[in-house]
Amino acid sequence: MSISKEQVQKVAMLGRLKLSEEEAEQYTTQLNDILQFVEKLNELDTEAVEPTSHVLPMQNVLREDEVRPSLERDKALANAPEQQDGMFRVPAVFE
Amino acid sequence: MSLLRDSLKEIHKRLSTRELSASDLVEESLAQIAKVDGDVRAFLKVDEEGARKQAAELDKKWANSSTRGLLGGLPAGLKDNLCTEGLTTTCASQLLANYNPIYNATVVDKLAEAESVTVGKLNMDEFAMGGSTENSGFHPTYNPWDLSRVPGGSSGGSAAAVAAGEVYYALGSDTGGSIRQPAAFCGVVGLKPTYGRVSRYGLVAFASSLDQIGPLTKNVEDAAYVLQAISGHDAKDSTSAQVDVPDFLSALTGDIKGLKVAVPKEMMGEGIDAGVKERVQAAIKKLEQMGAVVEEVSLPHSDYAVAAYYLIAPAEASSNLARYDGVRYGVRKQGQNLLDMYLETRSQGFGSEVKRRIMLGTYALSSGYYDAYYLKAQKVRTLIRQDFERVFADYDVIVGPTTPTTAFKIGENINDPLTMYMNDILTIPVNLAGLPAISVPCGLAEGLPVGLQIIGKAFDEATVLRVAHAFEQETERLPVPPLGGKQA
Repeated sequence: MSISKEQVQKVAMLGRLKLSEEEAEQYTTQLNDILQFVEKLNELDTEAVEPTSHVLPMQNVLREDEVRPSLERDKALANAPEQQDGMFRVPAVFE
Repeated sequence: MSLLRDSLKEIHKRLSTRELSASDLVEESLAQIAKVDGDVRAFLKVDEEGARKQAAELDKKWANSSTRGLLGGLPAGLKDNLCTEGLTTTCASQLLANYNPIYNATVVDKLAEAESVTVGKLNMDEFAMGGSTENSGFHPTYNPWDLSRVPGGSSGGSAAAVAAGEVYYALGSDTGGSIRQPAAFCGVVGLKPTYGRVSRYGLVAFASSLDQIGPLTKNVEDAAYVLQAISGHDAKDSTSAQVDVPDFLSALTGDIKGLKVAVPKEMMGEGIDAGVKERVQAAIKKLEQMGAVVEEVSLPHSDYAVAAYYLIAPAEASSNLARYDGVRYGVRKQGQNLLDMYLETRSQGFGSEVKRRIMLGTYALSSGYYDAYYLKAQKVRTLIRQDFERVFADYDVIVGPTTPTTAFKIGENINDPLTMYMNDILTIPVNLAGLPAISVPCGLAEGLPVGLQIIGKAFDEATVLRVAHAFEQETERLPVPPLGGKQA
């Protein structure tokens, strides 16, 4: 499989990245090199193999649902680029 | 010679007789940083004031007490992806240039409990993505053995700072080799613990199923001390394992008679530099002379590990890095509307390797490609795990080189991601299987350090440390790195 420059632009947008024409071209070449390299996985028959998403044999880890102190508001906002009235401030979502 | 090169036992002895204070140790560290870090550039931030304050508090506390913490008074550097409350934590990314964590990583609290002193934050490849520290969003770090070469990565600052004697030890993180490879390149010891041995709480996530924090030290004994201090289950990290932490120090017996050592033929084959191979073969011979039983084995799926890793790690990274949206923290870049602000913040904030991996991961997870790429890679991950399981049914450890080459030149691989990725070929399988492994210096090839990698069974760091320590006892120590003529 190979990836076109248009697909690279689309994937960049999904990842919330904006690419210049020059960047898109460079990434298209590099991503195609990498995708061509990973093709080698298809040499292996994995029909009957279970996937590994995690190495430890663990189930869901649960705890009691108890009321505990949560993060204080001023701490939560301490790194906010912009804030207003105790909330994170962002640019308009709609025009 | 800096007293930061003395053994931990010697330092502890002199601390308890008050011949030495925590403040002396910190001043020694700060003086060495002032002397050499202009050349090495291992640090992103030196916290002189904070370090002096921590040391003064320890000295006050010790005035009326003879008990000293496990890492009492030792000046440490932390990779800059470990959250430190009130001390900037950037992950070497412009996007987090101003990020001041409101909490400590669990390991940072544990080091404080052990009475260690944090002197600063160390350089790395941005978000731990890279193998040379050239991907830092701020500046490269230079190898103390040859300033025209890379220190390795992504924990390049951690390895270089230890090699240059700027700190007593450092913490790094290892997702595909990021502790072991720079340790090998800089001639220090680097240990990646078993996945789940050390809490990841407060480690900025790169690939959550692979990341693990570990020590970089001058010798194996120090690595055992630091591992002892940072190990253990943590309620704040549900993937930290509920297993007992053994006494790692008592594992350092010097005796490896009868131990079964496997050497995978895939790790000693084509693509490994002659100089590296020669040093590693000599090391294996030494293990045999010390009474270990050495046999050749096969890890037949090794050749597929890099391909599987470069789908799995970017896939996890693309999810993890979605949080950097310029809303709650980080450096925001203005935009016309919300979407535009996201795009500007991320496009200007992330460097090119990070963008490359976000795109690769997004692609591998996207509809229509998930089965072909991500699921396939996870299945191959199973085959790689099973290779190790088969060998470990009959052997205690697996040994081979840590890296195919010694440290390469700055700029040599920077425009060729695939060549850079192949540098991890010997370390990546270990992360995919979640196993513990150490890199220990085993000599020089053309003046540059070579690392011997020792891989163990899950949660058997004790045996890994035992073999590494026994080998170290029988091996001539590396000289102090030349540092362009300045004494390290």
